[in-house]
Amino acid sequence: MNFLLRIWRQKNRQTPGKLVDYQVRDISPNTSFLEMLDILNEQLLDRGEEPIAFDSDCREGICGACSLTVNGEAHGPDHPGAVCELYMRKFRDGATITIEPFRVGAFPIVKDLVIDRSGLDRIVEAGGFITARAGSAPEANSILIPKHDADIAMEAAACIGCGACAAACPNGSAMLFTSAKVSHLAFLPQGHPERESRVLKMVSVMDAEGFGNCTNTYECEAVCPAEISASFIAKLNREYARAALRRSAGE
Amino acid sequence: MIGTLDPKIPPGPLAQKWRNHRDHSRLVSPNNRRKFEIILVGSGLAGGSATATLGELGYRVKCFCFQDSARRAHSIAAQGGINAAKNYQNDGDSVYRLFHDTIKGGDFRAREANVYRLAEISNNIIDQCVAQGVPFAREYGGLLANRSFGGAQVSRTFYARGQTGQQLLLGCYQALCRQIAAGTVRMFPQTEMLDLVIVDGQAKGIITRSLRTGKIDSHAADAVVLATGGYGNVFYLSTNARGCNVTATYRAYKRGALFANPSFTQIHPTCIPVSGEHQSKLTLMSESLRNDGRVWVPKRKEDRDKPPGEIPEQDRDYYLERKYPSYGNLAPRDIASRAAKEVCDEGRGVGPGGRGVYLDFADAIKRLGENIIRERYGNLFEVYEKITGENAYKVPMRIYPAVHYTMGGLWVDYDLMSNVPGLFVIGEANFSDHGANRLGASALMQGLADGYFILPNTLPNYLASQMGKRPSPDAPEFRDTEKDVRARIEKLLNVNGTRSLDSFHRELGLLLWDKCGMSRHEKGLREALQKIPKLREEFWHGVRVLGSEQDYNQALERAGRVADFLEFAELMCIDALERNESAGAHFRQEHQTPDGEALRDDENHAAVFTWELQGDGQPPKLHRETLHFEIVHLAQRSYK
Repeated sequence: MNFLLRIWRQKNRQTPGKLVDYQVRDISPNTSFLEMLDILNEQLLDRGEEPIAFDSDCREGICGACSLTVNGEAHGPDHPGAVCELYMRKFRDGATITIEPFRVGAFPIVKDLVIDRSGLDRIVEAGGFITARAGSAPEANSILIPKHDADIAMEAAACIGCGACAAACPNGSAMLFTSAKVSHLAFLPQGHPERESRVLKMVSVMDAEGFGNCTNTYECEAVCPAEISASFIAKLNREYARAALRRSAGE
Repeated sequence: MIGTLDPKIPPGPLAQKWRNHRDHSRLVSPNNRRKFEIILVGSGLAGGSATATLGELGYRVKCFCFQDSARRAHSIAAQGGINAAKNYQNDGDSVYRLFHDTIKGGDFRAREANVYRLAEISNNIIDQCVAQGVPFAREYGGLLANRSFGGAQVSRTFYARGQTGQQLLLGCYQALCRQIAAGTVRMFPQTEMLDLVIVDGQAKGIITRSLRTGKIDSHAADAVVLATGGYGNVFYLSTNARGCNVTATYRAYKRGALFANPSFTQIHPTCIPVSGEHQSKLTLMSESLRNDGRVWVPKRKEDRDKPPGEIPEQDRDYYLERKYPSYGNLAPRDIASRAAKEVCDEGRGVGPGGRGVYLDFADAIKRLGENIIRERYGNLFEVYEKITGENAYKVPMRIYPAVHYTMGGLWVDYDLMSNVPGLFVIGEANFSDHGANRLGASALMQGLADGYFILPNTLPNYLASQMGKRPSPDAPEFRDTEKDVRARIEKLLNVNGTRSLDSFHRELGLLLWDKCGMSRHEKGLREALQKIPKLREEFWHGVRVLGSEQDYNQALERAGRVADFLEFAELMCIDALERNESAGAHFRQEHQTPDGEALRDDENHAAVFTWELQGDGQPPKLHRETLHFEIVHLAQRSYK
């Protein structure tokens, strides 16, 4: 298969970037999208041009490193899945494909298609954990958790932290990401002692990082490679309201 | 330099060694802990759990990872589960049985005392992870669920769908985040360790390069802990993430640390077969699939191009069930992998290129219904469909073995300290617990045992004598090592050749897969040992690395890793040649039983082979740690 690729090139954060056209030829339909970029990079190297920088690591959709916007869609057209799980058989031969980084104000561009997502780490640092010192845990089966609750917690916990939700959101909101962690821990009894401080702190850091608010467009859910449901955002809002109310009531 | 290798195994009966050792180890008091700085390299299950736990104890910890976030370490990709001897299923499990299965699975090439400790701690790990909020699978009554895995006849594996590694890692990562917020841990993402600094014979720091800016820095500490994972990517194609590399452990080897059993590499039986030259990595299909999938190939090679549905039952060879009736499809990984290679070598392999076998769920779907299978393995079936375009509910999966895990690693004693005082090695990066073959769901167990429970108890034993001995990062040893690092980077950028990095890495990988892969023999290994130095020579004259060192330069970071692989590959082949027996994943064709199983030589090879660098042009020097078995009876492994 042959493709015309229009790829965002940007030297660094300070220098403005632009779309540059590249031709790739004789690509097998069984090539993954990122492998196609590998092939292009080999060709650029042959011509003495600097390869295109992009993030990837596990290449099986779980590490959350890859972060490309393909034809305007975070992670490309094959939902659900990260862009590393996208295969060229999903495209028409001869197609023009535009490749950009995730575009979020809170994710500054580092180089070409690589962005800085450390804001997501800082949201977790604010409270996305359960305090459990190694050595003092009770016997595991002493905490009974109904299967249904454990399953919902798992659905939320499946988030891979890629940031596609924020990239797809017209407001650049990281609500789906934040809600997934808040919900995961709120559905489990172990998460209850820190339930209120957790949601209040995480939301305040999320705002401070410059992520936008949720206006219920559900684009986040549509592109999420881990199929995190937007209903967790509703859960986040309930958790937040509950915590804020209890705080203001002096509890 | 190195006398006899002393693993420092504590005295006393096996079941009491770990407790005795803790009772008599030195401690660092709470108000002194903040005076110690610890460097942790790697943020996976071992590194992440160790960093969080040491931070919680009050040490000052710096943690380095090459990924852009600690949460992306490759432990995240582990699918199937984590073993523990809880015996929740009442099916006869015990600490002893987990210990024995692990020793036997490793083909009697691991230390008894280490493995027993691992089995004991396995239960604490499950408690710890549940307390952190890891959403393990549960039964309707709210109790934890289990499943079975290869090499065991009990159900002792805890799991979180097919994403157990992800959930355990996020547990560590969240604990780590809490310590970052508390100020005990400083995280350095996108920062790669490029050398180890030795001061007065002790590991006292590292040299790093920021992948973002190219800046080279010296970091001094009271102890250095490597948790940098395995070296499976030496084969180019493996199930490892793209960034996995041997650089940290290999650099430590070049500074005097012993490398143990480098040839012990695990080839996982259930991966999606190679589909073409463009391929950048291989994808694992969890071993848990073998609980319900049946492995087969056609009996006759003429049938191999027929659609599987047209091959009637009597013309199929369920070769694992036939050869190993008591374990069947759950035979250990090394055995299942070799059996697949064997049937493909006979010309009965299926799929393009004939390197594949079927993993068939038709019977399980008939017995349990598609919904149950979907619930158990749905995400794996989706991954399979994305990569191959085939629906495995309708047609059998095609699988083939691929490089997955490395049992070899830096040598450590019972305290997980290497022969270089102050250098500790945990998780896959050390050699300790899996012998010549790792059982499924044991890697997560080992990483977390090392990080949450062992290192935090053994590190003080060293630190207690090190109060006030931390050097300044301006000491001459740091300046000299930094100079070496800069010279090497400059050398890479100045080769100015014409051949791409990937082409060298690919060539090395194919050579190793062929000569030092699933089966090895003397002639092939000698050939590889001729070819690797030539390839390395070509690399240093012909590789092309563009860009500058003071920039985000992905080609440069990978070039350094490939350069190390090109040296390390030789060490693997030397080790494989020296180990003149078959053991677990190390299958020397010269040494097999009449029915083709690995034939050990316990008299001469019941030992850990460790290698010491001898300097330019000299072959490395072998030091052997003899393995003493007090409890386990050494026997021919039988899974029949």
